[in-house]
Amino acid sequence: MINLETPRKHRVLVDQAHQVAMNMLRPISRKYDRAEHEYPKELDMLAAMIDGLSESGTAEGAGATGATQDKAKRDPAKPAADKRAADKSESGKVRNGANLASVLSVAEMCWGDTGLLLSMPRQGLGNAAIAAVADEEQQRRFGKLWASMAITEPGMGSDSAALSTTAVLDGDEYVINGEKIFVTAGERSSAVVVWASLDKSLGRAAIKSFVVEKGTPGMKVERLEEKLGIRASDTAVITFTDCRVPAGNLLGSPEIDVRAGFGGAMATFDNTRPLVAAMAIGCARASLDLTRDLLEQAGVVVDYDRPAQAQSAAAARLLQLEADWEGAKLLTMQAAWMADNRQPNSLEASMAKAKAGRVGSQITLACVELAGTVGYSEHELLEKWARDSKILDIFEGTQQIQQLIVARRVLGLSSAELK
Amino acid sequence: MASTSRHGPGGKHGLASSETRDPIGYAVAALSKLAQSDLLDRVGLRKATEQAVYTATRSGLRTMAVAGRTFTRKGRKRAGVRVASADARGVFDLTPTEDEQMLVQVVKEFAEEVVRPSAAEADEACATPEAVLKASLEIGLPILGVPESLGGVAEQRSAVGGVLVAEALAHGDLGIAVATLAPGAVATAISLWGSEQQQQTYLPAFTDDQAPAAALALAEPTVLYDALRPATTAVAGADGYTLTGVKSGVVRGAEAELFVVGAMLDDAPALFLVESSAGGLEIEADPSMGARAAGLTRLHLSDTPAQLLGGADGTDYTECLRLSRLAWCALAVGTGQAVLDYVTAYVKERQAFGEPVAHRQSVAFMVADLAIELQAMRLVTWRAASRAAQGKSFAREVALAHQLCAEKGMKIGLDGVQLLGGHGFVKEHPVERWYRDLRAVGLMEGGVLV
Repeated sequence: MINLETPRKHRVLVDQAHQVAMNMLRPISRKYDRAEHEYPKELDMLAAMIDGLSESGTAEGAGATGATQDKAKRDPAKPAADKRAADKSESGKVRNGANLASVLSVAEMCWGDTGLLLSMPRQGLGNAAIAAVADEEQQRRFGKLWASMAITEPGMGSDSAALSTTAVLDGDEYVINGEKIFVTAGERSSAVVVWASLDKSLGRAAIKSFVVEKGTPGMKVERLEEKLGIRASDTAVITFTDCRVPAGNLLGSPEIDVRAGFGGAMATFDNTRPLVAAMAIGCARASLDLTRDLLEQAGVVVDYDRPAQAQSAAAARLLQLEADWEGAKLLTMQAAWMADNRQPNSLEASMAKAKAGRVGSQITLACVELAGTVGYSEHELLEKWARDSKILDIFEGTQQIQQLIVARRVLGLSSAELK
Repeated sequence: MASTSRHGPGGKHGLASSETRDPIGYAVAALSKLAQSDLLDRVGLRKATEQAVYTATRSGLRTMAVAGRTFTRKGRKRAGVRVASADARGVFDLTPTEDEQMLVQVVKEFAEEVVRPSAAEADEACATPEAVLKASLEIGLPILGVPESLGGVAEQRSAVGGVLVAEALAHGDLGIAVATLAPGAVATAISLWGSEQQQQTYLPAFTDDQAPAAALALAEPTVLYDALRPATTAVAGADGYTLTGVKSGVVRGAEAELFVVGAMLDDAPALFLVESSAGGLEIEADPSMGARAAGLTRLHLSDTPAQLLGGADGTDYTECLRLSRLAWCALAVGTGQAVLDYVTAYVKERQAFGEPVAHRQSVAFMVADLAIELQAMRLVTWRAASRAAQGKSFAREVALAHQLCAEKGMKIGLDGVQLLGGHGFVKEHPVERWYRDLRAVGLMEGGVLV
């Protein structure tokens, strides 16, 4: 039966996340925007609380690790699914699992502060990658780490075929060499999931991900970036020079399957893209909520029953922004719901990311405009959200990459046909 | 119509009233007059088209409403039968129920095999072919929202089913979808808000294969029209109410036997039932940019006898308005899907510079965007429908769906034509029709209802 409300079983979680965002993140939001690179020590307390909630089972999917893949049938072409829900569900029954819980709670946390959410200990994107592809032994070894994700290189962004970092098997160790940039939480995390090629001549099929724990000789954080937004989150440049890791740190299969190609590494994105879409939704709602309030104080109230053209321009604009926001949110929930129900969701994940990414920027920028110098000034957080939101249309695949993926799938074209 | 009596060009032909003519303008206007003269036709200088004749007669004449059948009063004036709200299990789910899936399958086949092949002709003729209308009665379109106990098929609130059906029908053609859904809009309104007497008097007629044409009339020909403040007024008399005013966008008004009309009663808008045989009714053809197969008309009411349908405090009227907008959203989604399906095949086939144009990002990204916005429109519409069906508040959700479907729906119509280039501009392809049809969404009020 068609129903697009927040699942009953996740409402408590969403409310909790909202309270945490309001009472723990918002009070320190401006502080760490100004003090870029300073470690938000308050988050350790929060992380301890979330760990506690996880133990008690009430915080299902409170962060990135919640988005998991079905271990029983790990096939790159197959969707992610909630293993807990899968275990206890009867066949044919609709599931609301950890993927949906994750996007909902991540959105709430980013309503609080996107930069701080990205700095949450043990909730990094690397954790999502580990959760998505790790075997049981790796899950045991790496499950408790705080893992960041290192994909981008100085000469390579979206074009992963151009990846130049290498991993060479030497005995029972891989030797990694290369330079990674834009590693979110790269300094603070306790491990980095690194993409490296086993054999550059074999193209993308040879790209594998490796867990490199902090303190491993040869791995060095070179510097931290100064950024437009999400300044509470550190973004590192990391080099690997003859950095040796145990062979068991390779996530997934070491086989280079040219036919299956890039699917294994890309499967992670089906889980993480809805999460980034959720971040954009949360950040944008912060702007919408405040702007609506400011406009109401100025005497502008949106009337949902009157046509937009019969209302003030500001009310009409707000209505338009909210409509786009609602569309982005439901696309994101759809992608997560499909993952929970083991339906292939690459197309929907990219649709959600594309829509939420651009809507996030449109909304936060329009809200600054609507609020005038009140919105532009650091007295309010509107200008900050307009800076924070920009990255969400870039990382985990830019707007243009999402369009490419959607276009290829809708049109049924290969990457050779539609470049 | 103050503007038609003015001599300057302003206020006519879509010109702003501030427009003034200069000398060249007068010369051009004179030439234009000659070009329009039927003298040219009489001396055989120009081929007269049937369409010109049609338009002249259709829009130039007002006719009396059809005599229509007599609806014999039955039942008492207490509250009518109401179906229950759908019960929610609290689970996020995008899967239609089995009943809905079966229903949609039937409607999809109808849309593909009957509606789509008739679409161009119906658009041209400003009327849906009789055979198509008859077939729509056979699949039970008018009684989807009528309770089982009154001869219909609804076991519970059918807003979701209604949205899915409207979407599937509009994939065939928006104009025909509106024409075939119009009687159901009236039947559903009577089911939702009618008294026992109104339900027993009118609903039986909708359940057999002679179901009457009927129209939900909420729009008016006014700029910046606010449907919550219609200019049509209702006056209470000793023997019911009388209505005075003009309604626009009235579907198949020329043949409708029963109308639900929105009018101001004291300070609140309310719904009224008007029988075509009531007297004081005139129908004026009103061919518009699109949705032409719906046979759009204006309805002129002068002291027309009417019965109040539902409450007088504005609540039922407002709910009706929302549910009607919701149906238009579903029509936009179905039409948008038709555009997407059509352009997808076209851009993969059309060659330029030695390869299909789909292989260019500038083309492919337009298709991607179309697909993304369409799915967003669909989900936002579904959410509003599911809230309505569950008896939850849905004013906000309908407003957002309406905003999104009007804006992005039009963009889809626009890009649909653009993706075909010059071929999109000619009637050989349906995209120009979808472009005209999609402009209706956001400005049309009434006509359809879920």
